[in-house]
Amino acid sequence: MKKRQLILEDGTVFNGTAFGSDQATTGEIVFNTGMTGYQEILSDPSYCGQIVTLTYPLIGNYGINSDDFESIQPSIQALVVKEASAAPSNFRKQHTIDSFLKFHEIPGIEGIDTRKLTKIIRKQGAMKARLTEATETVETGASWEAISLPNDQVQRMSTAKPYVVPGRGKRIVVMDFGMKHGILRELAARDCHITVVPWHYSPEQILHLNPDGVMLTNGPGDPKDVETATKTIRELISQVPIFGICLGHQLIALAAGANTEKLKFGHRGSNHPVKDLATGKTYLTSQNHGYTVTKESLSSTDLELTQVALNDGTVEGLQHKKYPVMSVQYHPEAAPGPEDTRHLFDEFLDMTQQTTQPSSKGEATYA
Amino acid sequence: MPKRTDIQKILVIGSGPIVIGQAAEFDYSGTQACQALREEGYTVVLANSNPATIMTDHTVADIVYMEPLTVEFLSKIIRKEQPDALLPTLGGQTGLNLAVALDNSGILKEFGVELLGTSLEAIQQAEDREQFRDLMHQLGEPVPESQIVTTVEQAVAFSEEIGFPLIVRPAYTLGGTGGGMCYDLEELKTITRNGLTLSPVTQCLIERNIAGFKEIEYEVMRDKNDQAIVVCNMENVDPVGIHTGDSIVVAPSQTLSDREYQLLRNASIKIIKALKIEGGCNVQLALDPHSFNYYIIEVNPRVSRSSALASKATGYPIAKMAAKIAVGLTLDEIKNPVTGTTYAYFEPALDYVVAKLPRFPFDKFVSGNRKLGTQMKATGEVMAIGRNIEEALLKGVRSLDNKANGLASLRLDQMTDDEMEHRLVKADDERLFILAEAFRRGNSVEQLHELTKIDRFFLWKIEALIEMETALQEQPWELKLLKEAKQKGFSDREIAHWWDTKEDKVYQFRMENQLAPVYKMVDTCAAEFESQTPYFYSTYEEENESIVSDKEKVIVLGSGPIRIGQGIEFDYATVHSVLAIREAGYEAIIINSNPETVSTDFSVSDKLYFEPLTLEDVMHVVNLENPLGVIVQFGGQTAINLAEGLERRGVKVLGTSLQAIDAAEDRNKFEKLLDELKVAKPEGASITKLEDAAETAAKIGYPVLVRPSYVIGGSNMEIVYNEAELHHYMEKRVHVRHDHPVLIDQYLTGIEVEVDAISDGETTIIPGIMEHIERAGVHSGDSIAVYPTQTITEECRQQCIEATMQIAKALGVKGLINIQFVIHKGKAYVLEVNPRASRTIPFLSKITHVTMANIATKAILGQKLADMGYVSGLLPEPEDVFVKVPVFSFEKLRSVDTLLGPEMKSTGEAIGHDRTLEKALYKGLLASGLSVPQEGAILLTVADKDKAEAMEIAKLFYALGFQLYATEGTSAAVEDAGLPVTTVGKVGSAEQNVISIIENGDVQFVVNTLTSGKQPRSDGFLIRREAVEHGLACLTSLDTAKAIASIIESMTFTAKPVVAGGVLS
Repeated sequence: MKKRQLILEDGTVFNGTAFGSDQATTGEIVFNTGMTGYQEILSDPSYCGQIVTLTYPLIGNYGINSDDFESIQPSIQALVVKEASAAPSNFRKQHTIDSFLKFHEIPGIEGIDTRKLTKIIRKQGAMKARLTEATETVETGASWEAISLPNDQVQRMSTAKPYVVPGRGKRIVVMDFGMKHGILRELAARDCHITVVPWHYSPEQILHLNPDGVMLTNGPGDPKDVETATKTIRELISQVPIFGICLGHQLIALAAGANTEKLKFGHRGSNHPVKDLATGKTYLTSQNHGYTVTKESLSSTDLELTQVALNDGTVEGLQHKKYPVMSVQYHPEAAPGPEDTRHLFDEFLDMTQQTTQPSSKGEATYA
Repeated sequence: MPKRTDIQKILVIGSGPIVIGQAAEFDYSGTQACQALREEGYTVVLANSNPATIMTDHTVADIVYMEPLTVEFLSKIIRKEQPDALLPTLGGQTGLNLAVALDNSGILKEFGVELLGTSLEAIQQAEDREQFRDLMHQLGEPVPESQIVTTVEQAVAFSEEIGFPLIVRPAYTLGGTGGGMCYDLEELKTITRNGLTLSPVTQCLIERNIAGFKEIEYEVMRDKNDQAIVVCNMENVDPVGIHTGDSIVVAPSQTLSDREYQLLRNASIKIIKALKIEGGCNVQLALDPHSFNYYIIEVNPRVSRSSALASKATGYPIAKMAAKIAVGLTLDEIKNPVTGTTYAYFEPALDYVVAKLPRFPFDKFVSGNRKLGTQMKATGEVMAIGRNIEEALLKGVRSLDNKANGLASLRLDQMTDDEMEHRLVKADDERLFILAEAFRRGNSVEQLHELTKIDRFFLWKIEALIEMETALQEQPWELKLLKEAKQKGFSDREIAHWWDTKEDKVYQFRMENQLAPVYKMVDTCAAEFESQTPYFYSTYEEENESIVSDKEKVIVLGSGPIRIGQGIEFDYATVHSVLAIREAGYEAIIINSNPETVSTDFSVSDKLYFEPLTLEDVMHVVNLENPLGVIVQFGGQTAINLAEGLERRGVKVLGTSLQAIDAAEDRNKFEKLLDELKVAKPEGASITKLEDAAETAAKIGYPVLVRPSYVIGGSNMEIVYNEAELHHYMEKRVHVRHDHPVLIDQYLTGIEVEVDAISDGETTIIPGIMEHIERAGVHSGDSIAVYPTQTITEECRQQCIEATMQIAKALGVKGLINIQFVIHKGKAYVLEVNPRASRTIPFLSKITHVTMANIATKAILGQKLADMGYVSGLLPEPEDVFVKVPVFSFEKLRSVDTLLGPEMKSTGEAIGHDRTLEKALYKGLLASGLSVPQEGAILLTVADKDKAEAMEIAKLFYALGFQLYATEGTSAAVEDAGLPVTTVGKVGSAEQNVISIIENGDVQFVVNTLTSGKQPRSDGFLIRREAVEHGLACLTSLDTAKAIASIIESMTFTAKPVVAGGVLS
């Protein structure tokens, strides 16, 4: 068993055992508290560039199967676990987590006190970290300043070319910022005719497809890194119904003039309660975000706060006061996590209905 | 949504006496619920007949009724208290069934009592098999093909339709009582017949057997806004087919992918929403290991054993939240008490693994049927927390306190391969140890998976542990390997076994190399939020989270799993000790491993260490916390047994000294002490060599009582009447060791008296003297205890009081002491001295209002009883009479003899109190689940030595209008006594025989005494079992029979002729 170490920006060193690929790497270290769903997490493009710590200690118990991917290519920078199962058991299992990560050249470290690590991240906030050979020391390694975290993740994760997932229902254009398959799965299950377009697609190109609605997907990184998309969305808001998820939600906020900020250590897990302010109902949601829409910045916009995180009160849902535009910070497509908010996809499709078939009163309003 | 203000007074129904399938977990949930309701400002009226619980303590509810849990008595309480609402979902199946019965009786409507939490409709939908299946069909949730039957013939017909294997599930029974798996027609007939008898509605479900599927449970909560969450899911290591109460269970599920997890979560939430439960609910599901197919097995529309486990496993207090939801609060407005900052509306994230292991009673019931199936057999359970499965499992194993040394259990290496294979296919209580042995013998994971259908994931883990055993053997004193072994949960004792050394040596080696565990917090959120919960578990990692305060601390050891002889009473004492320590200004720290109890509720103590009660695990906490000392006297024999090792390692045992404990438990020292004090005791001797047994017994004179020293609940204790029986006894117990000798005592017949006292070494106060209905020879825990004494003379009482004070002083007792006497020919003889909390502490505390464990703890901490205003002697006694009646779980334990003797068999107790002994007894018996019919017939079948005495009983029952039935020998004696009697044939005889009259319901009571010796398959045994299985009172002690006769007499009028046979009588 090969030794490996995890060094944090604050100087903390964890000594563990290597699994997955052999290479050294750097990235932003974050944690996710979900107890199941590591395969979905590994393949969620929103983690692009990040070293992901899973707080549940036994990872890989049911192996890696051929179905539960959220993207073709896993894009996490590295994986940190307490124990990676060498002997998984499940009827769908195809690989162990070790062989899977090796295949995709992603390094991992196991055998460290992940709870201690989680507490450091909770207290100090998400920070830079590197996964290295056991011989490297804090001193011998490159300086932290020299390590710059990427800001082009969306570009890296988005599809390069548009493609179609045909259906007989609504025409939905999906702007791919690093989309999870779960979003396509939900739209396809509703028989939508889906056109997935790259993140930089222009408003004209999108409108030319004559969509019934535009879906803005999740994606990695800081929403302010994708200004092109923000501009596109700003133009689309008044012209087509839009539903934004996660990064898509943040981009709608920026497009409408609100601001976003970085959270200390983010929301990552399958147990986050969110309260719908209109109905008073609370839902359990799956979340993965390091940035949030600044609540105070909403007042100067046409956006209305519809949902908040029950625990810290941060912005979880928005709706445009004039146009059919809604968004949520969390993941109604689940995968992994609770599927309690899947109805939002139906609401989105209903919203497109209202515009294309005006009510008998002759007009559709969204005030 | 705010809490309701239209209700003020709430009646809470407890679960009554502890029986298999309904144990201390309902004390925990009930206590939490009562406290939660009071916290919200409601007046709580509690009804529970179990005196041993914390729940029935004056601190928990505003008004406490310890009356039988029957419609009759509950109606009286409702009339008197006129509550606004009734909360039935926290008292287990008993509470739920009673709520249904109360509603049927019309009393709830009459007094406008509203049912909170779960509606009657929902209870019926979940509990009634047919309604449940209809609901599942409506929801589109799959249930296994099944049919409800009310006759054996219908069951047979169904089996012809769909084939075997099948499962029989009787309707409305506790812990699946009476159910079972059947592989052929004969089994189907037997189990169905039995199940129909036990079901209060004579209904069984015959179901397709889905054995081999994964068994998964979800604990769900819902509020009135239709918001629902899953608190925890759990995976049974054993697949479907073994009752979840008897399975090793891990949390969270280990082998489910997120899709499977969400699939079952969605189903569980759909169900709780359909049932509109406001509170907690448990859903059991079976998942095909080869597909996404699943079935709903069962839904419990209430707080259950699993919810207690889930609460302890996650830190999320389900019962407390359920109670708050029941009064109208919603999940999104209740704070998560663990973090204090987040809300109850979330699903706990675990960053550890929890293992629950069942504790079986087969160390006591050696001849019991140990095969596991759908009927629960475990009396209790332990929980262990680790950062990996192996650690949780091995910590669990050593928490069982069952002599097993890790997985290297005794005796199993003797097992033949055939026997092993058989026991792998048909699981029994030693399953885990047998799997370990199978790996040791070179079986592969695939082979064992084939035989057991246990998921390979778990088998690999066990295999890895066996590989570690080998590695340890091959590389002794290898530090790196030792560290790995400790991370995998190996105990020093087990490592010492493989290294062929002493436990203390391994411990020293570790300490020298700074290899010690750290403590991690159970915080519901995997460290995502800062939490203050003082709830910790040990593991071998880097960061220690248990911050040691600068306050002076005292550690209290709990009593571990509930088992026969060591029940919930000790938890009561532990909790009160903790409260007293806190009152006295110290920090109170608890170590315990039982998830069902109040003591392991993290809000009880200043700090809770959820750890095994072994020397090693306790020492680790001691090393960290550096307490003033450790209190062992409230944790039963489990804690007492640790005293010696703790002292050896330099830890101060607070209270009664180790020397005093030893002086009371070591035969020779004890005799010497009593001789010095001139206190009478039965003649006796302790022997360490088998050859000495016969000679010693002859010298003392038969009958003699034989037992090993240092025992819990009188295990392996027997009365033997001659040398042949003595030999038989000794042969069965060859492992006589010098440090644990065998005791042989003169057996004195007479009334048994029990005294509980508190002493500080100077002043000794006696809150009560109790007298037993059954004569000495029946274990005190199985006897009906009466307070205050009714029949013994004042002189004898004085002898007992004097002896107690003398012994307490001589031993220098600081804390509690329990002494048992036998009154033989007007003189009190000391039978046994226990320098610790006894089983009767909660009973006595509640009826005398002397909080014994509290006062004792203060004495332990150095306060003087005199300063608290106490003077030596007996405290004033009340006018009322109180009885403590034992409760057995015989209907759950096939093949266990119901005969009462020196070995304890009861699992719980009930209380009865009233103005007279007879009334108190009547209530006590009723509360214990026995019915006392006032007319009918009685069957007598007694040993020759008991015939004369039995005739008195025959006369009493005859006078009360009962018909008499008797077997041949007894019948002759009855005729000689001049009473009309119907003679019935022996077991197996063709005509009307002892079994058939029980089966046909011709008799209401059976009086049966044992000839001699232990022949488990004797006729007597069959009669006793038959009675149990038909719910009849089988009285194996003539004293109990007499007591019942006097109850019936006091409640009815006899018909007595003034002229009989032409002669004035």
